[in-house]
Amino acid sequence: MSSVIELQQLSVTFGKRPILKSLTGALNGRAVGLLGPNGAGKTTLIHTLLGFHPPSSGTAQIFGQDISRDARQVRAVVGYMPERDSFIAKTSCVHFVRLMAELSGIPPKHALERAHEALFYVGLGEARYRPVDSYSLGMKQLAKLAQAIVHGPKLIILDEPTNGLDSPTRNRMISLIRQIRDGGRARILLSSHLLRDVEECCDEILVLKDGYIAANCNLEDERKANRKFIELETRGGDRSAFVHAIGDLGCEYALVGERRVKVIMLEDVEISDLYRLALKHKVQIRRLNFKRDSLEDIFLKAMENGNTETNGGQPNGSL
Amino acid sequence: MAVYENLYRSYDGETHSAWSRFLVIPRYALRDVFRSKLLTTIYVICFVYPLIATILVYLRHNVNAIALLHINVQELIPIDNTFFRTFLEVQGSFAFILTVLVAPPLISRDLSNNALPLYLCRPLTRSQYVLGKMAVIAILLSLVTWIPGSLIFVFQASLAGLDWLWANLWMLWTIFFGSVAWILMLSLIALAISSLVKWRVIASASILGLFFVSSAFGEIIDQLFLTRVGHLISLWATINNIWLGLFGLFERQTGAIRGRISNPIYENQFFDIKLLEPPLWASWLVVVLVCGICVWVLSRKVRAYEVIK
Repeated sequence: MSSVIELQQLSVTFGKRPILKSLTGALNGRAVGLLGPNGAGKTTLIHTLLGFHPPSSGTAQIFGQDISRDARQVRAVVGYMPERDSFIAKTSCVHFVRLMAELSGIPPKHALERAHEALFYVGLGEARYRPVDSYSLGMKQLAKLAQAIVHGPKLIILDEPTNGLDSPTRNRMISLIRQIRDGGRARILLSSHLLRDVEECCDEILVLKDGYIAANCNLEDERKANRKFIELETRGGDRSAFVHAIGDLGCEYALVGERRVKVIMLEDVEISDLYRLALKHKVQIRRLNFKRDSLEDIFLKAMENGNTETNGGQPNGSL
Repeated sequence: MAVYENLYRSYDGETHSAWSRFLVIPRYALRDVFRSKLLTTIYVICFVYPLIATILVYLRHNVNAIALLHINVQELIPIDNTFFRTFLEVQGSFAFILTVLVAPPLISRDLSNNALPLYLCRPLTRSQYVLGKMAVIAILLSLVTWIPGSLIFVFQASLAGLDWLWANLWMLWTIFFGSVAWILMLSLIALAISSLVKWRVIASASILGLFFVSSAFGEIIDQLFLTRVGHLISLWATINNIWLGLFGLFERQTGAIRGRISNPIYENQFFDIKLLEPPLWASWLVVVLVCGICVWVLSRKVRAYEVIK
């Protein structure tokens, strides 16, 4: 079975400035989180997948169809919720969503029916005859979601769906995204700079940095992996010698701030080994927590390590 | 995604053909147009002249009516190429007014509300989007130009007989092509301006300005340099020459100026300057150039997102 999205040496250049640099990878998750700092190329990647920007080299496929060659077929199976306010002015929301459904090829009668359904689904049922211009920010976001799902796409691309939402509306949006994901009828590509949103909705992440793939991993697999994470809070002693000694045991470690150390324990390493090393280097262990790698950790690690400039310009495919 | 189930479901039903999908745009836009009472009233007024023209054709062929109204047949306007050219000129003016009122928000509203990504993320190309927007203007203007013109022609043919029809059949194509040239130029200019200017009022003023300022500028050049070359700058004069050409009424020399030489050696000698209209091919070239520029502007501006290089 073909991947949801497959990137094959995809590069995009604006003028002489490269934005996406030879991206390669396959995304198969039910909901894929697209992460990265500002200017990393998240939105450009989405726009390229939608055919708004032509690739300067390489290509990408969505459900096995080439984004350049089969652009029309690709767009027929994709629903897109843009980041910025986007709507048809001076028209009621139900007409706006119906127009979008008809442009996707649904006959007028079915389009009207599905527009009503989509608006009830996102929670705008009571406000569907109001002009979109008069909606609040949260309602506009929900209207954008409605137009993205009205034609029942197989892939829904959501660009910053929780931008500017208050807590209840955000929760509603997240719950809708999870509901669609769990329904299994559509895959989701969620671009967000809010790690919490991605963590709550996605089972796979793609981290971009400076136009390269800094990380591509399956969060479910990461969570299921039999790794033992420990977070230590230390005081005094020779901390650097202590962490080097932990490294000598074969454990991976990361320094967080001046006092905390994160350690991935190996099977044959015991907690007592850490206390023995701490004693040897006169380091006090004030606190010891068993901790799993959060998305934040994965993201930060990708940001630290994923700079492909230091990796000889080669994209870092996975963590 | 049924309301009672409140579930997301995909769509597996029939879809309409991809090539005709752009027609969804004019269907929705025209409904918005006729929601305005002002525009509906103006649109109704656009049909007054075709009605008068139809009555004139009817009177021309109805002896009883002429006798009843005590009209001398000689006083009635002959139904010939001049009649249809005048028809096109009058209806062309109404078409211009309609364009000024209807076209400005067509693209500018989508641009100012970032709606283009919503259109273009669907199976709809940029050219189909522009075609859809052009269809809004083309449908409205066709209904006041070549469609009533052709109907009047057919009405006249039905009353005058087959001989008249065969002798004047070329006028039917002339009505069509003359109208299409005007509709094409008007719609492309209006859409190009709509894609450049986001404010409706400014866009309307720009369309008016483009036609009136170019006419005024052309006229100034004509007066200053005793020529008719300025007509190439005036879009009104250009399309008028094309219509005259299509109806076989075009004459290059439209006047002459007689001047007196002020030098005493040549006392009492006069010189004549013939005022020659630009050749027809030049007028067509202007139309093609204007349309080409508009297409270029549209290709630059109608994008899902503007890339700032």
